[in-house]
Amino acid sequence: MKRVKNRGCSARRRSLSSPSALAIVVLILLGSTACGNHAGGFDFSSMFRRHKTSAGDSEFTKHLQERLILAAPGSVIDLPEGRFHVDRVLSLTVDNVTLRGKGMDKTVLSFKGQTSGSAGLLVTANGFTAEDIGFEDMAGDGVKVNGATDVTFRRVRAEWTAGPKSGNGGYGLYPVQCQNVLIEDSVVKGAADAGIYVGQSRQIVVRRNRVEQNVAGIEIENSQHADVYENTATGNTGGILVFNIPDLPVKDGRYARVFQNQIYANNADNFGSAASMVSKVPPGTGLMVMATKQIEVFGNTIKDNRTGNLMLVSFYATEVAIHDAAYDPYESGIYVHDNQMSGGGTDPGTLKVKALALALGRPLPDVLYDGVVDPKMKDASGNLAGDDRICIQNNGSATFLNFDATGNYRHPDRSLASHACSFAPLEAVNLPQTGPAQASGASASANGNE
Amino acid sequence: MMISRKAACTALGLAATLMLASCQGRRNVQEHLAPPFPGRLSAWRLFTGRPAELHPNAGVVPYDLNTPLFSDYADKFRFVWMPPGTFAAYRPDDVFDFPIGTILSKTFAFRTEPNGHERLIETRLLVHTRSGWVGLPYVWNRDQTEATLDVAADPVPVRFVDAADHEHSTNYIIPNSNQCKECHALHKVMGPLGPKARNLNKSFAYSTGSSNELVHWAAAGYLKGSPDPATAPRAAVWNDPSTGPLDSRARVYLDVNCGSCHRPGGAAATSALYLDLANNSDENLGVCKTPVAAGHASGNLLFDIVPGRPEESILVRRMESTAPKVMMPEIARTLPHEEGIELVSAWIASLQGACTAARP
Repeated sequence: MKRVKNRGCSARRRSLSSPSALAIVVLILLGSTACGNHAGGFDFSSMFRRHKTSAGDSEFTKHLQERLILAAPGSVIDLPEGRFHVDRVLSLTVDNVTLRGKGMDKTVLSFKGQTSGSAGLLVTANGFTAEDIGFEDMAGDGVKVNGATDVTFRRVRAEWTAGPKSGNGGYGLYPVQCQNVLIEDSVVKGAADAGIYVGQSRQIVVRRNRVEQNVAGIEIENSQHADVYENTATGNTGGILVFNIPDLPVKDGRYARVFQNQIYANNADNFGSAASMVSKVPPGTGLMVMATKQIEVFGNTIKDNRTGNLMLVSFYATEVAIHDAAYDPYESGIYVHDNQMSGGGTDPGTLKVKALALALGRPLPDVLYDGVVDPKMKDASGNLAGDDRICIQNNGSATFLNFDATGNYRHPDRSLASHACSFAPLEAVNLPQTGPAQASGASASANGNE
Repeated sequence: MMISRKAACTALGLAATLMLASCQGRRNVQEHLAPPFPGRLSAWRLFTGRPAELHPNAGVVPYDLNTPLFSDYADKFRFVWMPPGTFAAYRPDDVFDFPIGTILSKTFAFRTEPNGHERLIETRLLVHTRSGWVGLPYVWNRDQTEATLDVAADPVPVRFVDAADHEHSTNYIIPNSNQCKECHALHKVMGPLGPKARNLNKSFAYSTGSSNELVHWAAAGYLKGSPDPATAPRAAVWNDPSTGPLDSRARVYLDVNCGSCHRPGGAAATSALYLDLANNSDENLGVCKTPVAAGHASGNLLFDIVPGRPEESILVRRMESTAPKVMMPEIARTLPHEEGIELVSAWIASLQGACTAARP
């Protein structure tokens, strides 16, 4: 911290060409006081830092990267309040390091115009914690954590500030092949794939976050044991996705609880790349559960998503060819209960679903199920049985449609009769960072951070 | 060149000191098996004479590889040193099993004009310490008299000519010491990449005459257990058709330039795109494989490799790009490798088959 302050002072002398020259000149007149001591009670150096020249940017990047490289295991890297421009990817390989700012809107690393690297920060160390810090306008992904155990994001913001644009980076907060992942009270906006993306991981808690204006707000992909709760997802193409997809080294996504989330008005156009899985998500998707197993969806408020509030589909819904022989494209063992749903299906977002709406009338029902069943799992009557069933009950006035994708949409069925069943609750995820997950007790909600 | 009397005297004095040191055995390569590591490259004593000439000290052996990594057309000067009495154990497919204390040195340089001098930019040491391999980036000064350890160096603007005397200029990026690990780590364990039998099974013009590198290393006592080079694996030279068919040359190019990350246990293993030579699955090689996390880097193309259609293959698009989030490899280059793109494109054009996007 001390070094940063010193640099703030040295940067001042190069700042005359900055747009706020007048302010700088005034500050230079006060300069000796500002640099010499802070007896006046006001830290001028932070103001100087906001007007850094590009030489200062490079210097900041270099010194932060050095701190990340030379950090002792278990140490905390504190960053002061201020807005810092970083011109290339940062990386961390030391275990148990905490990167801590003064607040997600107060300590901001801006990667605008980033010249190298496919992420803002790349972490390949265990025990990483980022808290109270913002990451803006990365060339690629925000913070990627690869192959780590014990990963925590707390009150972190990742944002592409120009809003939803196809040129934005893919993922905001991006742990992949990790174990024990906690993402809480964070905010992600503008990701061209998924704002909060947890892939190929185990033991995951994603709670009290706010995700807006991403293609997917939150995506749990090819992962096991995830608790996703008390998040607010709005203004995305799709609010929350729980996916299992082919062609990944870790498959068999299952065991996720999605509960007590606010998932509303996720009606943004899909600005994902054609090759990305999320490009298949229809604009106006609330919660989409695809090709996964043992999923419990409860206590959510899902409303005003114009294609559908809740979609339960196999991988065939994507119409992407499957080359991966080890992949299972079916879903089973889904339990949807005690949710509130309303106002969905008014203006379906893709041709197929539009056609469906033409045939059935609008609005489409709240819950859209493709009815595709693994032939190997069918019982004598052609349905899923036992723990493999799709159970949907106690969802208030929520309406339902099995749109019969298997039968080429010929026999849509609005009856929930064959889905009136229940399962024992899935176990809560227990992380070393948090202890047992609590269904209630939200305190510092990200919703209040706007 | 003008040398002042005073400087000459100093130089003579220095030479005398060095000769004395030599008699006492102090001019040998210096081992550093644990941190802190020297701040200056010269402290390792890998080279003698004028620093920029990289004249190897006793026991320091130069080598090169059949097919190297592309690094913005930089010329590379590689050396190996092992502690006296130690040696690497031969392995047919993997990097040799090097003893503790081994130093691999790789200097990156550019010629500023045809037939001109090499300007040394950086020397990367890969040192086998007691706690594993460590990557140490040393950056050369403008005067070319010393290189200094800089774990997070700034980019260096360079203007240079390549082997074909084409001019280039770029902001050359010196990978920071974390980035060493991005390519050099397998299952998070750092290690060398180049010194494998197939890469070293080639002739090198030593100061004592040309010899096969495997033979030379064995004769120098640096390698035990190596077979006759005729029976050892030999990688194709990517740009020399006499060394192998198109498929072999393209695959070895991909192995070297992509396969360090894109292999099981590598930094890009999460993608299941495996471009190392050991992979024999077309799907994992990218043929008709949909990308996983490429996002807009895929440029709205659907598959990594479309047989017969390099222009529709994401792999080629990412080799061509210099945009930070699109380009592959992510590090180690800022310029497109035109000749490499040509090779890989020709290979994809030669592949048979088609990708379908129909539902099963």
